[in-house]
Amino acid sequence: MVLRRISPLRIVVALVALVLLVPTLMVIPMSFTSGSTFEFPPKGFSLRWYDNFFSDPAWRDALLNSLWIGLLVTVVATVLGAASAYGLSRTRARGRAVVRGLHMAPQIVPNIVVAVAIYAIFLRWGLTGTTLGFVLAHVCLALPFVLVAVTTSLVGLDRRLEHAAASLGANPWQTFFRVTLPAIRPGVLSGAVFAFATSFDEVVVSLFLRSPELQTLPVKMFDAVTVEIDPTIAAASSLIVVVTTIAVVIPVLLRRPEKSNSESTR
Amino acid sequence: MSITQTGHGIRLAGLSKRFGRDDEPAVDDVSLDIAPGEFMTFLGPSGSGKSTTLNLIAGFTEATSGRVEIDGADVTPLPPHRRRLGVVFQFYALFPHMTAARNVAFGLRYHNVPKREVGDRVARALRLVRMERYADRLPSQLSGGQQQRVALARAIVCEPRAILLDEPLGALDKRLREELQVEIARMHRDLGTTFVFVTHDQDEALRLSSRIAVFNAGKVEQLGTPDQLYDHPRTLFIAEFLGESNCFHGRLDAAGRLDTGWAKLRASVEPIGPRDVALIVRPEALRLGDLVRDGDNVVEADVVSTSFAGRDLRVELRYADGRPGLALLAHGETAPQPGARVRIGWDPQRQAQVPAEPQPPAAAADAAPAAAAVV
Repeated sequence: MVLRRISPLRIVVALVALVLLVPTLMVIPMSFTSGSTFEFPPKGFSLRWYDNFFSDPAWRDALLNSLWIGLLVTVVATVLGAASAYGLSRTRARGRAVVRGLHMAPQIVPNIVVAVAIYAIFLRWGLTGTTLGFVLAHVCLALPFVLVAVTTSLVGLDRRLEHAAASLGANPWQTFFRVTLPAIRPGVLSGAVFAFATSFDEVVVSLFLRSPELQTLPVKMFDAVTVEIDPTIAAASSLIVVVTTIAVVIPVLLRRPEKSNSESTR
Repeated sequence: MSITQTGHGIRLAGLSKRFGRDDEPAVDDVSLDIAPGEFMTFLGPSGSGKSTTLNLIAGFTEATSGRVEIDGADVTPLPPHRRRLGVVFQFYALFPHMTAARNVAFGLRYHNVPKREVGDRVARALRLVRMERYADRLPSQLSGGQQQRVALARAIVCEPRAILLDEPLGALDKRLREELQVEIARMHRDLGTTFVFVTHDQDEALRLSSRIAVFNAGKVEQLGTPDQLYDHPRTLFIAEFLGESNCFHGRLDAAGRLDTGWAKLRASVEPIGPRDVALIVRPEALRLGDLVRDGDNVVEADVVSTSFAGRDLRVELRYADGRPGLALLAHGETAPQPGARVRIGWDPQRQAQVPAEPQPPAAAADAAPAAAAVV
């Protein structure tokens, strides 16, 4: 009943979703074309461009680099971002608004400005074209996402839980790992997913940092688009869509059984 | 091995807490002794400093000045996890991702309890609060009363030196509250542990406590046993906060007679005390009509209404100065007619004499140490 009454709203939502999704989803059928040009609708069906993707070391290495850097960034940004969020929520120190603002800066400052700044400094430090350089730069960009996600779940956390743990003899570290972290885990998980996705499809900063030996998948794709337009790039795009979708969906699936369980037995 | 343990004494010495530099102190120079095994209640309206004082004892809040001592040792610099105190919170604060049994077991690993004893200790604690059947439930699958029972088990299982309860029954309905009051009283009796209980519910305080510290504006206004507080309130605040009362305001002369403007009453001579005083008379001390005896203080009052309250007859009164009053008559006495004017009397021994007006801050500061010194 209620749903029927707000159906105009549902139509709008569906339209917005279409506008957002269709361009992305277009590349998937394109990647299965048997033709040799990048076109829609695809001609025939074949896996030749996937074969090309995985058999060409340049593409394959780019994918592995992206996955490896993405995982490192996920770990580092999640740990640092969660620690920052926790610290900022627990301190009354003056200037914490400033510290929070600095954490958020990479999200507000235009990407290209961040990229140029990082490039200038990393050149001097010899970090361009290194895994460490990519990881540091991507952590910088991913940190705001983790900070926001974890801060949000900390706001909903009952401080009394930590007091209870302390009264039972748990020191602050034990309290954090046995009580606080399990309670804010959904926020930490979604922060981690955002961190991975941020790194995995980051292109602007990566374009500056790449070297002939080390480049990430989005950079390789950028090259492919500007130099040679063949449907391998559609295969690569499809893979990126699939990988990021999996990264987003897995935590949702992991969380669901627990929730439905507690609700059904309530 | 049993969970029974002996109590430990807690002493607060000049304890103060100021949250902001320019704020009024939330806790203002509180000194009191809690005897080993005692059931001490902090009673007061919200914002009176009773919960903050409890948090200072637990170590959740850092004192601005003063000391907390347990068994004579200063624990003020110790973080909460090293004070060995059990705490029970108003909203249970059970760990939501752990079953009842795992909640109870939580602290045992920090108290050097051998692994093979853990199950046994947990089972015994859950049995003590009659929750053994719910050991494998998550907090979200338990009612409020059940959650608070688990929280009690969790607090006692580590054999803390004292158990601090911060309005533990505040979130429960009346029936459950009374049920758990009985349980808490039983646990206190069985364990012999020192209990410090915070509440704003005077009935709860009167029912459970060995002694009550009544908090007002960050200070302990009076400390005493429930009947001391009820029969001998030291201030108007105590008289009005604890139980119901009849108040007669007036001026005291040098001979100890109180002139209310509409009646003359016998009171006590106060050598240096204030001249404006109030007499407090509890409703069950009042006698009506023919039952008034020689030597009673006597006034007249209008009967507003009468009603039965269980075994007593409640007679709502209005005195000549317009103030309301209340008499509780034993079952069987004849009820006066509403609208009638009756004679009211009471034995002057059963009246309490208190300063009439809320005192200015300077005077109040002098009065508080006197109240705390009753310890």
